[in-house]
Amino acid sequence: MPSRREFLTQGAIGAALLSLPRLSAAADALKLQPSELPPGALESAVLEALPGKAALIKRTFRPPNFETPLEYFNDVITPNRVFFVRYHLMNIPQVNERSWTLKVGGDAAGATAEFSLSSLLAGFEQVEIVAVCQCSGNRRGMFVPHVPGVEWGVGAMGNARWRGVRLRDVLNAVGVNKDAVEVAFDGADSAVHDKTPDFMKSLPIWRALDESTLIAFEMNGEPLPHWNGFPARLVVPGWTGTYWVKQLTSIDVRSQPLKSFWMNPAYRIPRGRFALVDRFTSQETDVSTPITEMVVNSLVTNIAPGQRFDAKQWLDVKGIAWDGGYGITRVEVSTDDGATWRSATLGQDLGRFSFRQWTYRFAPAQRGRYTVMVRATNRLGATQTFELIHNPAGYHHNVVQKIPVEAV
Amino acid sequence: MRSMWILILTGIAFAAVADESKVVLKDGPNRDLVMRSCLTCHSVDYVPLNSPFLDRKGWEATVNKMINAFGAPIKKEDVPAIVDYLSRYYGM
Repeated sequence: MPSRREFLTQGAIGAALLSLPRLSAAADALKLQPSELPPGALESAVLEALPGKAALIKRTFRPPNFETPLEYFNDVITPNRVFFVRYHLMNIPQVNERSWTLKVGGDAAGATAEFSLSSLLAGFEQVEIVAVCQCSGNRRGMFVPHVPGVEWGVGAMGNARWRGVRLRDVLNAVGVNKDAVEVAFDGADSAVHDKTPDFMKSLPIWRALDESTLIAFEMNGEPLPHWNGFPARLVVPGWTGTYWVKQLTSIDVRSQPLKSFWMNPAYRIPRGRFALVDRFTSQETDVSTPITEMVVNSLVTNIAPGQRFDAKQWLDVKGIAWDGGYGITRVEVSTDDGATWRSATLGQDLGRFSFRQWTYRFAPAQRGRYTVMVRATNRLGATQTFELIHNPAGYHHNVVQKIPVEAV
Repeated sequence: MRSMWILILTGIAFAAVADESKVVLKDGPNRDLVMRSCLTCHSVDYVPLNSPFLDRKGWEATVNKMINAFGAPIKKEDVPAIVDYLSRYYGM
């Protein structure tokens, strides 16, 4: 009769087979979409590859909105070919990096300048940062009641090692006047109708001058994919993807707030509803404020709802956690409907803006049905919510997941 | 001239993005009007994607947002027929 310890060791391979995902791509990627998505979203999802990308979950073809399937989040870095794609406007030109230029100026800039890719690379220090890019509306499809928009599941996000130059260094090279309040950004994408608002975004001056804000040329050691902003995009670690302007073409240092549909009424959250730190005061109104940093969140990446495992063994639960750039300090798992919480083991720290991997071994005392719940906490003590904080645009969904499993 | 550009650009976008032509809305009165109205700016998969949870008021608000916020070239007199179709086939 083997002791429990021996049994566990000998059983390791068997348990691994039971508990690891067998996500052979295609059909499984669609099957693993959150069941809370609108029925029409589940039915209209297909796996399709954009040129140069692997097959992703298609939400809309044009403009292209493609989501990363769950299985890829088992790696802490999201590969370029599976990194999600999100566009607002349908004209997305192929940019030639040799003729590409970045214009920098504005009424609150000391000068006007135009940079080529080579002059930016040669003229400024190059830095790297691992950071999560997450769409403001990631998990919008899980809102109850539903709100209109791109009905994303959990995969409108990715974590990459970005390389580029600091926006601050480029701004300081042209000069920033004392009256600068915002810096605005435009990309090469455009609308088909002149009445459709061009996609332009701004950052408060303090965020533009933060040392983590980059003009990035590379992602995971390669040039940016076309669909992720080639040849250069803004990287605003900690803040939601709306500010990470792709195919960047101009930078405007402003003494007045940017008036753009994409700043107001789009990408707004009700004031006072979320416990956020970063404020964008020049764009605030009495009722709403621009979305800023991401809320604390986590994702189970390796088990499917209803998954069965051997009750004499265990279930290895694996996932990621992230926040708005303060750093994840704790991930806890409950398997008794929230009565008790135990710490998961955190993986390698790739920096405060990165996904943080975690693992938890659930060895149940007996057979039965269990619910796996996970919540992350950051350095500020902020954590996830159990009740959705509903808002009209469907942002900041960070409700604790509840995944039913069965020990048999 | 302007509409020619739209046709050319639309053609480029269709060629660049895989298989949008497979997306066909449910058969019914005014389907062609709806597809024609939506397709210049976006693929029509936005419609099933956002279904079925909008009531008539919700679809009306969405169509008006396309016109007022995004400048969709939809005639005011076509709005009721478009909303009829969307709320009947993709509404709650």
